[in-house]
Amino acid sequence: MTLTDTPAAARGRVRRRPGPGVVLSFLVLGLAVLAAFAPGLLAHQSPVEGEVLEKLRPPSAEHWFGTDHLGRDVYARVVHGAGLSLRAPLIAVAIAFGAGCTLGLVSGFLGGPVDAVIMRLVDILLAVPSLLLSLAIVAALGFGITNVAVAVGVASVAAFARITRAEALRVRSSPFVEAATTLGVRGPQVLLRHVLPHAVGPALVLSTLEFGTAILSVSALSFLGYGEPPPTPEWGKIVSEGRDYLATAWWVALLPSLVIAATVLATNRLSRWFDARGERI
Amino acid sequence: MAKYLASRALQALPVLLGTFTLAFVLLSVLPSDALSIKLSGSGDSALSQEEIARLRAEQGYDDPLPLQYVRQLGGLLTGDMGVSLHTGSPVVSMIGSALPHTARLAVAALLVGVTAGLVIGSLAAHARSRALRELLMSVPPLGISFPTFAVGLVLIQVVSFQWRALPSGGTDGFESLVLPALTLSLPVTATVAQIFARSLREVLDQGYIDTATAKGAGRLRLHLAHAVRNAAGPSLTATGMVIGNLLGGAVVTETVFSREGVGRLTADAVTRQDLPVVQGVVLLSALVFVVVNLLVDLTYPLLDRRVTLTEATR
Repeated sequence: MTLTDTPAAARGRVRRRPGPGVVLSFLVLGLAVLAAFAPGLLAHQSPVEGEVLEKLRPPSAEHWFGTDHLGRDVYARVVHGAGLSLRAPLIAVAIAFGAGCTLGLVSGFLGGPVDAVIMRLVDILLAVPSLLLSLAIVAALGFGITNVAVAVGVASVAAFARITRAEALRVRSSPFVEAATTLGVRGPQVLLRHVLPHAVGPALVLSTLEFGTAILSVSALSFLGYGEPPPTPEWGKIVSEGRDYLATAWWVALLPSLVIAATVLATNRLSRWFDARGERI
Repeated sequence: MAKYLASRALQALPVLLGTFTLAFVLLSVLPSDALSIKLSGSGDSALSQEEIARLRAEQGYDDPLPLQYVRQLGGLLTGDMGVSLHTGSPVVSMIGSALPHTARLAVAALLVGVTAGLVIGSLAAHARSRALRELLMSVPPLGISFPTFAVGLVLIQVVSFQWRALPSGGTDGFESLVLPALTLSLPVTATVAQIFARSLREVLDQGYIDTATAKGAGRLRLHLAHAVRNAAGPSLTATGMVIGNLLGGAVVTETVFSREGVGRLTADAVTRQDLPVVQGVVLLSALVFVVVNLLVDLTYPLLDRRVTLTEATR
């Protein structure tokens, strides 16, 4: 979880209707999702084949983001790269959410030694910076975008476990859970039917926020070269390929960077908006 | 005090031991083992089966895992973290020679980030015009949304290539430190600005601020003498938490700026799947985390006299 976006920060800015920032964020994310599912609709040029004669051309009407050192259309590569670059963070958040909520629920619901063991594990996960932890996991698992996704996911389990544990502790002592237990509902049933639905809310909000962070982590690992081998387009890798031509052709590295930043910014903005709406209801 | 330090050290041990165990499980047990990755990965077909077997036995990779674990732990206690699979030199000395570069970078980034964060946060909390306040408070969300490598590349493109003002890479001298430190400081600035602005606004609503105003204190005096110190606590905690992330950020920053340091060492080690080095850096980061947390807790009573150090901090 990033420190700079918390419910308290969002609370001051609750608006009745979505402001221009929120509308713009929806638009940006909508485009990103469209690019992920149907890249052909947004870019008609090939992301992997280029014309060498057309290499390192600046942005123009024909090549919106210019061309790279192999004459490939950078815009087409960014659009076609959206699939992998957004799917990996999605997998990562799903892993973090699934594992983190399970650990947190079990820990908070059972308490005692189980709780102690799980929370010490979480402490250890928190002691290592998440990017470093995902680097270590990638080193152990090997390269490739799926491994990157798993690594980023595992590295952010701790925050989910903590937040869900706190909620489970709160819900566990509420009257309806006691009632269910008194009526003879068994432990696992209580956990799944009665505690889970009431304890999962904050983790859901956290997962929208973590999605933005995961986009950044995945693109960082891809930038460092731990994603798919070339010529598969990925946002981080497109930037790192353009890095060598920064002095003469800034657009190859910097325009894709802007796309990443815009996507993350939009995700974070929407996350805060959802959070603020949740507070009001 | 000595008693407090001893109890904190005792609390830190399980975390460090746990990190070591986690790293051992992750890196030694998961795929196969470090040496066979190295041998299969390098494409060195010149090594015969016997040679591989001899190397394996020599490095102790044929021993049962519990024995390897105990041996590695024993080595760790005597300051031995094994040797790099790539260069063959001890991991401790590799990290040791890279660490000063990264420490310099991290300290510079921290100084810049905390200062900028405090200034932006103060201006935002005091700003009378709403437009200025919103402009200032848009810095933190922007700061955490830009990928570190993108910030670095933009700085290189503008400052190094267009203005020709500062070098785009290198490790030596003050000039080569400026751009990487700025890059690495952005998340720190964002975090500190956000948190400091919020706690400062809360403090400015307190009664004693009104009292001080009524007694004729100017805004600057009000800010420096009454508000900052009382609002600094949460920012201190947050700073402690981002210090660990600096080590992660250094991996990207040092790669972008072609600097030597622990981050670059890590990136290279991951690329070559040089697992002992990766394990060493993970342990280092846990150690940094433990030490920084202790320092933050020791600083707290200096800011707020009501806080006292007791052994039961958890």
